[in-house]
Amino acid sequence: MKLTYYPGCSLEGTASDYAAGIAGVAGLLGLTLAELPDWNCCGASAAHSLDAEAARALPIRNLRLAQRIGLDVVAPCALCFNRLKAGAKDLEAKGERLSFRVWDLLDLLTQPVFLKRMAARLVTPLTGLQAVCYYGCLVNRPPKITDAPTPENPGNMEKLLQTLGATPLEWSFKTDCCGAGLAVARPDLIDRLVRRLYDRARRAGAECIVVSCQMCQANLDLPQARISRQAGQKYELPVLYFTELIALALGHPEVPRWLARHLVDPRPVLAAKGLLEIPAPQASG
Amino acid sequence: MAQSAAFALAENLAAAGLAVDGCYQCRKCSNGCPLVFAMDLPPDRVIRLALLGREDELLACRTIWVCSSCETCTTRCPNGIDIAGVMDWLKEQAVARGAAVPEPEVRDFHCAFLGAVKLMGGRLSEPLVLALYALKGGRWLAKLRRSAAAGELATALELLKRRRLPLSPPRRLAGAGEVAGILRRW
Ligand code: SF4
Ligand code: SF4
Repeated sequence: MKLTYYPGCSLEGTASDYAAGIAGVAGLLGLTLAELPDWNCCGASAAHSLDAEAARALPIRNLRLAQRIGLDVVAPCALCFNRLKAGAKDLEAKGERLSFRVWDLLDLLTQPVFLKRMAARLVTPLTGLQAVCYYGCLVNRPPKITDAPTPENPGNMEKLLQTLGATPLEWSFKTDCCGAGLAVARPDLIDRLVRRLYDRARRAGAECIVVSCQMCQANLDLPQARISRQAGQKYELPVLYFTELIALALGHPEVPRWLARHLVDPRPVLAAKGLLEIPAPQASG
Repeated sequence: MAQSAAFALAENLAAAGLAVDGCYQCRKCSNGCPLVFAMDLPPDRVIRLALLGREDELLACRTIWVCSSCETCTTRCPNGIDIAGVMDWLKEQAVARGAAVPEPEVRDFHCAFLGAVKLMGGRLSEPLVLALYALKGGRWLAKLRRSAAAGELATALELLKRRRLPLSPPRRLAGAGEVAGILRRW
């Protein structure tokens, strides 16, 4: 299966670990991701906040490039996906028909064809791994843009975790906002939102949080030390990409190297379950 | 005059695809809003004031800047009102008309982002957006205090160690000129 791939800017930057994991999983699942030539930034929150015209034109330039190729487009970032979908809706409203569909990567990889492939090739079932799924905002909301069937209570990531043998836990915060867009200008606000997510995840019994977007990942992973200091209690919840769990369960050899690039190291939790071998620490503490 | 001004705002919003006149003040938008604790007007008030034409208050309020665009309100409104879209429209107007913005850091970050994409020829450089943001409009002290600069630096170092800080700029696009045209205002 071949699709046009729209990586988005941060996968070339701070989320290069996510990009590596996606490439690895695509290889395992027989999926060819052909990067959209000359793709541009989708404009993100900045464009839709300050320049409605640019917020339409930027994704539409990408859609026109994709139209020449004609294959379905997949985006691994919730915000890129949302902006591309908004652009597509805009063109449709003007009577233009696109011959392809825009996918969010999680939605694509949880289609029955891929879940079946995963189930058939399971090498290391993630038995005993207790996780909450965190979808964030923009892959699902607003449904008139995303076409998400169950925006208040999505379930495709839970289904994926079950397929991989892990234990997805119920919690009511899977689509609550983490405030990622305010992380630079108002970190005080995101600290409050994110801390609540940690608390609720822990209360649900989670050993880790699973995400499908690099902004959610960064916003939940990077500030844990800061939030721990402020809260006077230690938070140490690994925040894993769903792609890393697929790769782990399917026996991809590179997984430990991707995990080592997170700030909160997920390897000890996985090693304790016998899902991963990590080299013994050099010095004991 | 007061009367026509009162209708003008709702009409301008409707012309932008953001009709607000269906609001029956159920407050579902505000009840689900994750950032209402940091707002000076809850989202339902914003819609009400828009209906009443109280434009100056809206262009000067904090709410539109601390809104995270999470789209919960827009998803839940029983009357199909795009509350998040109204927030965006008001932000754009506030900047275009030079209104006093109570959250200059949020505005500066958005401006820095669009400026960085244009400068780099079509894609975002994350380090550049942070640099432009730091330089924009001064207020170093406020920014340092807010972003807990020492912590930010420590995080940047951690990312560097993990090969996650891009050390080269993004590729300049063949369509850089086209993108610069789209972003001509920034
Ligand atoms: S949810 Fe909709 S109808 Fe209810 S108060 Fe908010 S804008 Fe008005
Ligand atoms: S989009 Fe803004 S106003 Fe609406 S619920 Fe989210 S933060 Fe609140």
